[in-house]
Amino acid sequence: MSWTDAVVLALLGTGLAFYAAGSLGLLRFPDTASRLHALTKADNLGLGLVALAAALYWGSLAVAAKIALVWLFAVIAAGTTSQLLARRTRLDEARLHEPHPDAADSARDGGPR
Amino acid sequence: MTLAFDLILCLMILGTAGIALFVRDALAAIAFFIAFGNLLGLAWLSLDAVNVAMAEIAIGAGVTGVLLILARARLLALGDDAASAATPLWLRLGALAACAGFVVLLAAAVLSIPPESGLDRVVAPLMPGLGIENRVTGVLLAFRAYDTLLETFVLLGALVAVWSLAPAGAWPGRPADPGMADAPMRRVAGTFSQLLLPVALVMAAYLVWAGSDLPGGAFQAGTVLAGGLFVAAMGGAIGLPSSDRPLLRAALVLGPAVFLAVGLAGVAAGGFLVYPEGMAKTLIVTIEYTLALSIGVTLALLVAGTPVPGAAGPNPDGKG
Repeated sequence: MSWTDAVVLALLGTGLAFYAAGSLGLLRFPDTASRLHALTKADNLGLGLVALAAALYWGSLAVAAKIALVWLFAVIAAGTTSQLLARRTRLDEARLHEPHPDAADSARDGGPR
Repeated sequence: MTLAFDLILCLMILGTAGIALFVRDALAAIAFFIAFGNLLGLAWLSLDAVNVAMAEIAIGAGVTGVLLILARARLLALGDDAASAATPLWLRLGALAACAGFVVLLAAAVLSIPPESGLDRVVAPLMPGLGIENRVTGVLLAFRAYDTLLETFVLLGALVAVWSLAPAGAWPGRPADPGMADAPMRRVAGTFSQLLLPVALVMAAYLVWAGSDLPGGAFQAGTVLAGGLFVAAMGGAIGLPSSDRPLLRAALVLGPAVFLAVGLAGVAAGGFLVYPEGMAKTLIVTIEYTLALSIGVTLALLVAGTPVPGAAGPNPDGKG
């Protein structure tokens, strides 16, 4: 086993551990905000480590650049959607505590949670 | 190692399919259907069918998933609880028997194909005449172009069918503004779309260009374009156009019309959809670029839905 293989294995293993921790957090944490916290932190780092392992495994600069772009867009998309989810959750919780007349717009943005 | 990967993948595909079928909550069923589509894409990938994998993930999981989520949201808005009613046992057993019979027939058909009689052997010697390398594109746009031509008209027909459901007084109007109602959410989605839309345009152009020689093509590119356009509409960066705008109508029919015109012009070269000697690549790329634009706009409008009365976009000049 060459040293690259060892590094690839180590990166993959660490990345998967982060994924497992994120999934565990998603299942076990009590509310949406903490679940998002588990998902965004762990998944982005986990994906980064797996992407790094894949780039090292292929050993080509062109492939590595493409993988880096995939990682970058996944992170941007994940960051955007978790912002939107967090905001939606906050609005829904505020609405739960003091009933708001405009319940109609919750249905068009994807339904109440 | 690969066998283990394939087996786990098969189990996950069957598992997500089972959950999508049996779970009661419609949103959970849709979520598992999308996961199922993505896993199915991985399965196509491990069969080296990259074109099919991209189409499955982009259209089967992506566009269909979005359409299902929106359909559920509209059902909820109409007062329907969007849950499946309990079905009688005979109906379940009947559906099981019908599906099982179909699977056996399909498996028998696939297993009866001798391994050495693949389409590839027929297509490969003919590819140099086209000047492109991607055999899937060769089949879709040259050897079986007739099918693809009809498909593009079917897609256009689907949009016409959706538009024909517009309530009285809403025609010709624009679809409901998909922009987020909450200002901070709209800003976040808007910032994201300002990054995503240019990238989607570049990506769509690349997918068509690469589609001549590598996996890719008009349908995949059109889906990427539609995604960029719709996210931009969600963030309020562009408004959805009124359904009677001449420019919009032109964008919708451009691809099928160019395809049909090239096909009719082929009569001079020997028959319908025959490409003249040496011109094949130019014509295929032209058809694919115009098709990608039309497919992108059509898919975005399919997601946007029927025109609604009095829906005014924030930017009436926007093209979507």
